[in-house]
Amino acid sequence: MSSAKAELMKYEEALEKFEVVIGLEVHIELNTKTKMFCGCANVFGDEPNTNVCPICIGLPGSLPAVNRRAIESSISIGLALGCQIAPNGRFSRKNYFYPDLAKNFQTSQYDEPIAFEGEISVEVPSGKFFTVAIERAHMEEDAGKLTHIGGNTGRIQGAEYSLVDYNRAGVPLVEIVTKPIYGGGAEAPELAAAYVRLIREMVKGLGVSDARMERGNVRCDANVSIRPHGQEKLGTRTETKNVNSLRSIERAVRYEIQRQAAILAKGGTITQETRHWHEDRGATSSGRPKSDADDYRYFPEPDLVPVQPSAEWVEELRAKLPEQPAARRKRLQLDWGFSDLEFRDVVNAGLMDPIEETVAAGAKPQAARKWWTGEIARIANAEDKEVSELSISASDVVELANLVESGKINDRMAREVLTGVLAGEGRPGQIVTDRGLEMVSDDGALLAAIDAALAKQPDVLEKIREGKLQAAGAVIGAVMQAMKGTADAARVRELIIQRAAE
Amino acid sequence: MANELIFKNASELAGLLKSGEVSSVELTQAHIDRIESVGEAVHSFLHTSPASALATAREIDQRRSSGEKLHDLAGLPIAVKDNLTTLDAPTTAGSKMLEGWIPPYDATVVKRLRDAGMPILGKTNLDEFAMGSSTEFSAYGPSKNPWDLTRIPGGSGGGSSSVVASFQAPLALGSDTGGSIRFPASVTGTVGIKPTYGAVSRYGLIALASSLDQVGPVSRSVLDSAMLQDLIAGHDPHDSTSLPESLGSMTEAALKGSVKGMRIGVIRELNGEGFQAGVKQRFNESLEMLSKAGAEIVEVSCPSFEYSIAAYYLILPAEASSNLAKFDSVRFGLRVAPEGNPTIERVMAATREAGFGPEVKRRIILGTYALSSGAFDNFYGAAQKVRTLIQRDFDAAFAKADVLVSPCAPTTAFKLGEKISDPLAMYLNDIATIPANLAGVPGISVPIGLAPEDGLPVGIQFMAPARADARLYQVGAALEQLNEAAWGKRMMEFAPDLEAK
Amino acid sequence: MSEITPDLVRHLAGLARILVTDEEVTQLAQELGVIVDSVATISKAVEGDVPATSHPIAMANVMRDDVVEPSLTQEQALSGAPDSDQGRFRVAAILDEE
Ligand SMILES: [Mg+2]
Ligand SMILES: [Zn+2]
Repeated sequence: MSSAKAELMKYEEALEKFEVVIGLEVHIELNTKTKMFCGCANVFGDEPNTNVCPICIGLPGSLPAVNRRAIESSISIGLALGCQIAPNGRFSRKNYFYPDLAKNFQTSQYDEPIAFEGEISVEVPSGKFFTVAIERAHMEEDAGKLTHIGGNTGRIQGAEYSLVDYNRAGVPLVEIVTKPIYGGGAEAPELAAAYVRLIREMVKGLGVSDARMERGNVRCDANVSIRPHGQEKLGTRTETKNVNSLRSIERAVRYEIQRQAAILAKGGTITQETRHWHEDRGATSSGRPKSDADDYRYFPEPDLVPVQPSAEWVEELRAKLPEQPAARRKRLQLDWGFSDLEFRDVVNAGLMDPIEETVAAGAKPQAARKWWTGEIARIANAEDKEVSELSISASDVVELANLVESGKINDRMAREVLTGVLAGEGRPGQIVTDRGLEMVSDDGALLAAIDAALAKQPDVLEKIREGKLQAAGAVIGAVMQAMKGTADAARVRELIIQRAAE
Repeated sequence: MANELIFKNASELAGLLKSGEVSSVELTQAHIDRIESVGEAVHSFLHTSPASALATAREIDQRRSSGEKLHDLAGLPIAVKDNLTTLDAPTTAGSKMLEGWIPPYDATVVKRLRDAGMPILGKTNLDEFAMGSSTEFSAYGPSKNPWDLTRIPGGSGGGSSSVVASFQAPLALGSDTGGSIRFPASVTGTVGIKPTYGAVSRYGLIALASSLDQVGPVSRSVLDSAMLQDLIAGHDPHDSTSLPESLGSMTEAALKGSVKGMRIGVIRELNGEGFQAGVKQRFNESLEMLSKAGAEIVEVSCPSFEYSIAAYYLILPAEASSNLAKFDSVRFGLRVAPEGNPTIERVMAATREAGFGPEVKRRIILGTYALSSGAFDNFYGAAQKVRTLIQRDFDAAFAKADVLVSPCAPTTAFKLGEKISDPLAMYLNDIATIPANLAGVPGISVPIGLAPEDGLPVGIQFMAPARADARLYQVGAALEQLNEAAWGKRMMEFAPDLEAK
Repeated sequence: MSEITPDLVRHLAGLARILVTDEEVTQLAQELGVIVDSVATISKAVEGDVPATSHPIAMANVMRDDVVEPSLTQEQALSGAPDSDQGRFRVAAILDEE
């Protein structure tokens, strides 16, 4: 494994020379109550090896039993992707040794996936739509979690030993695999991210996954290959594993395009391999080459019988499908009265859900938009987090917006309140009280401050009377300073104009 | 002098327990004494649990005396093959890999024994992971045939067959993947049944080949096995391949004991040609008895049976190679760390080298080959298609006959060591028993006398359509009676006395 | 003539994670060769259009309800482990990939 920095071609140059083909494999962790093949709880964050049983730690003699809800969720996902549902699907065993794999085989669907041949329409930030063809969606089980101890901080290299927690082993996954996506051109990286965002929105809307990328509920492997324009044969692809934020997906695809282009331009060849994305360095590194060792010896899982969803069952699930993401987007934009640009910003920032919740909780759409796309998004960005990771709820934002709207606090104070909420100090109203942030609404106090300021700038009233209203600004500034920002600037302005009229 | 109780059949003992003539403690103690006296010579057990068996017995006696209604088999001791998990005893599957491993759960069938109040005497020997036909591949040494201690008790369930044949237990549980209940029964003069695939839960049975494995009873009479199957059979939500429906009462079928009007199909390809002369002779005699008793003997042909051993020795290793992958030193069982600072990959490889015996390694590597990308179609894939052909043969045969019949094995018990270095010769023992596993249909082995040339037991095999296990008990019990009448006593009464320690 | 070469045996043993000595490789190649030759006949038996049977008794749609059942305690889960630490199964370092 070389740590030498790979050479990159400039992005624009790479696109001039090469056509980009991508393929995406997205793993969705379902939010069933129990695991795929046993009754252990499917929950996040419990003590290690407490949600395990003979089945999910692969003890001798144990046998799997399929979770009906997981099958239903998988069918729903298939239907939402416009797929056909296989009348006869079955599980297979994918055999390979790895300590996070309790049985040393993964129970997965192989040649008979539950859903196949679908397509969805994906909108990229420029407003362009792409049709992405879905090859298949199949069910499988998650692996356990390895922690590497010793050596350099949790990395596998140099670790002295590893620890395994099987709480996550056997959690149901649906893997959605696209067909090769052509024609993305310069927007291929954005298309990849927009596709994953749409899938995320879709499974959340279906209620089948919590879809939290930071918890690994949605994980993406990005396949990238390039070929000279006009060449028929596909280039050799690399598969960048587990790119776990939308931003990283975009960056990883862009990086691979530039890296592969630099190699090909020099007459080199691309190695077919898995690669790993390093968020800190903004680079991928070489993983495992494809080889003979990838003989997974798939065969039908003899401990499970086929899954044959009846047409009635499928239609029942189809009838229960919620609104599709595209239709939902259309509806929300109309309801909220956002411009195309405003709405696209909201979508691209992944803020549709919190804004919808905030509006539902009583905020005006523009106020909700302002807070989520503004200050909250800014803070998330600065902290390098997803907005959903911040500890602020829709009802906090409603309360905050109401405080501003009613003139209790001004924008500057509101930002301070927000900091308080994120720091866990409580609800906005509480923080206003605790921090003594309420605006002075007593005109007497304001007038006293105004008069004091006017005494220092006696010509101001005269200028206002002459119609030069902007002259009030200097006095407003002085009053705000004197009142340490607790005054309502608009009210101060009104009072100054009143004084001038006296 | 051994307590006479131990020589009785399980069904008689159940009656004595029920009427209160015998207590479970007395009966259990009698078997513990027997184990003490002949156990070492026969080497049926890998582990015995006298204390916990007696504790169960005491509890059952108490509950009975307080007037509680108990299961028909309550208080009757039993032995369990050591590839079934037990909470209170090590479960090794005959392998060094699992030496001393105490599972944190009971197999479903074991739970049923406990729920019925059957004292569990111990865990019986088997070829490592049930791979073998003689128990010679047990990592803990072979069991012996009580009829002749220099001979094999059959395998893989030679511990269960010998334990019952030497009166150390009236009943035992076995498992049958290609004949591991029936072949041992055949060579020890006992009764063994492989029920229809799915009739009995496999949950807690350490898997050899998932699509072939089935748990079943071992006993000294057909009725005894029927009572045990009635206890252990039935749907288990923990086993997705377990049948949802009940197959009816095997006990009732065994008590019927008539073959009048029954069509019995002799399989042309397994009619005893090429089998040991005494085996063929006893087989033909039994056919005559059945015919005289009113059965109609017909001939059927199953041409694809020719390929059953080949198909079996591809499907079994293939599934086993995957089932046995979990033995990797991480979560349970043996760990062997090579010198130096090995990676987990090397620890796994060294553990599997040290923990698995030669036959297990042979089959794992064969199975890995059968599934590998280059070989899949011609080997594993073709074997699965052969399975279809064998099922079609069965379907055609069962259109002509209610049950099918063959000798259970080509020979009587062979000598320890005779075939151990010739895998192919060993595999041939299962020629008559394998088709039932491939097709999922039930099969029974019933003793039909002793071969004149060596004085050793011979077994006959009946097979019935899937779910028609009851027919096996009906015809088996009938033939058992006919043979007992012809020989003048129960087959096990011909067994030589074992020298007590 | 068997296609089971010593190299193939070594490869298969690697896939099956079993350490094998050179002697074992030679012996296994010979033994497996005999077995494979004897079972190779079956591809002849199934020429033509024969479906595969993976389950002896045809069944479908066996599913359980999504209801939580008791798990093992951490202590029970780790009870059979050769080594454990901090509530987890402990294994030697993993170096072959990533
Ligand atoms: Mg996958
Ligand atoms: Zn579990």
